[in-house]
Amino acid sequence: MKRLFGLMIATVLLAACATPAPVPAPVPPPQKLRLATTTSTADSGLLDFILPDFQNKFNAKVDVIAVGTGQAIELGVKGDVDVVLVHARAQEDKFVADGNGLNRLDVMYNDFVLVGAKEDPAKVKDMTAAKDAFTAIFKASATFVSRGDNSGTHSKEKSVWAAAQITPGKEMSGYLSIGQGMGETLLFANEKKAYTLADRGTWLSQKSKLPNLIVVVGGETINDNKDKTLLNPYGVIPVNPAKHPGVNFDLATKFANWITSAETQKKIGEYGKDKFGQALFYPSTSK
Amino acid sequence: MLEIISLTLFVSGVALIIATIIGVPLGAVLALRQVMFKKIITLIIYTGMGLPPVVVGLAVYIFLSREGALGWLGWLFTPSAMITAQVIIALPIVIGLTTSAVENVNPELRLQIRSLGATPNQVMWTILSEARAGVVAAIVAAFGGIISEVGAVMLVGGNIEGSTRVLTTAIVLETRKGDFGLALALGGVLLTLTLVTNFFLLRLNKR
Repeated sequence: MKRLFGLMIATVLLAACATPAPVPAPVPPPQKLRLATTTSTADSGLLDFILPDFQNKFNAKVDVIAVGTGQAIELGVKGDVDVVLVHARAQEDKFVADGNGLNRLDVMYNDFVLVGAKEDPAKVKDMTAAKDAFTAIFKASATFVSRGDNSGTHSKEKSVWAAAQITPGKEMSGYLSIGQGMGETLLFANEKKAYTLADRGTWLSQKSKLPNLIVVVGGETINDNKDKTLLNPYGVIPVNPAKHPGVNFDLATKFANWITSAETQKKIGEYGKDKFGQALFYPSTSK
Repeated sequence: MLEIISLTLFVSGVALIIATIIGVPLGAVLALRQVMFKKIITLIIYTGMGLPPVVVGLAVYIFLSREGALGWLGWLFTPSAMITAQVIIALPIVIGLTTSAVENVNPELRLQIRSLGATPNQVMWTILSEARAGVVAAIVAAFGGIISEVGAVMLVGGNIEGSTRVLTTAIVLETRKGDFGLALALGGVLLTLTLVTNFFLLRLNKR
């Protein structure tokens, strides 16, 4: 009631100051979709590029909450969002297995690269396998910066250490766990002239601000990346309405179907080509 | 955990001591002596009290980064950088509130002390001790400001585990990881720490 009253006042005020205009045809207010996703999809600009189409087609307004994968999934577990778009397969599978999400779909993928200072103190440039490079970094006691925030990138980094049979941490003097986003972590590595694992999308979009860093493992494009364990798949998962009756499952499902539709998939594959000379994300359906 | 708590106390404690040593005398001088452009200086200090910590952090970051003017110090992502930022945040609060506390001391008292033959420095210390409650409030406010601050220490400290991670940056991290319970618990620790510190600071009020 109060809100209605406020709206009326606002309307009267608006009408008073605006020049008379034709009354627009009544459009139902847009439905809201709360999307929890990782900073990589938001920071790379991909969502700004593809979301307007969804909002127009379904008369929806998408609220993007860009956080680390760990928090994005936790938002889904708590029912604070309708759908999650993340990249950490093990955590995603657990999310679905626990009954928090339904119908996970593959959306897109890119890959991770190991970046480091031009001087390359651990001599890892052009190694084929990330785990060999990690071993060399460990042996050289070189500085390595870790996201340390349970993000998808951090999960991948931990799996590479595990593959190299090294437990990073206090005994590794050069290992710095900073618990920050990809952008901050890259800037940190640039300042410290340290190694770090980054998703290629963020790396490409930030590269111009990182004069001290180069890709040491992973090559210049995804096709040059010889280590297939560095692939980085993204999945979309609507939150289970049986667990959280408040979520908009209908719109979340429409979103999942829309983002995996041929048309949107094509757009995902095109994004970034003009700006970075290569796509930042590769649609899953094109494999 | 203990590491985080002791670093938090160390960084904010050192910053507070530095800000007090510089800020309290400056605030007293500003209140008691004839200072040129006093109004403009006061205006600048009051504006400084509202300085967004993250902007202070940004400025300190730029100066301390590899390409920055003070890059040779190698302070970026160390506790020294965090202390520097916190001193800058705390100083205007200490100076501004000290000035107003000293100005509120009865001016007749000043004349009286002076007529008893006190030197200007003796006058300053007597007035300061008379304005003690206000000065302690200034220090308490500054401490509350810097220990609860996250933007600047995150930027210039880098939140490195076991080296520059303090309570506030740990809270941000745990929240981002989705561990809301631990984040909330850390918030409780921070609040307790402030409470205990303030308890001791307030005891300075009593003679």
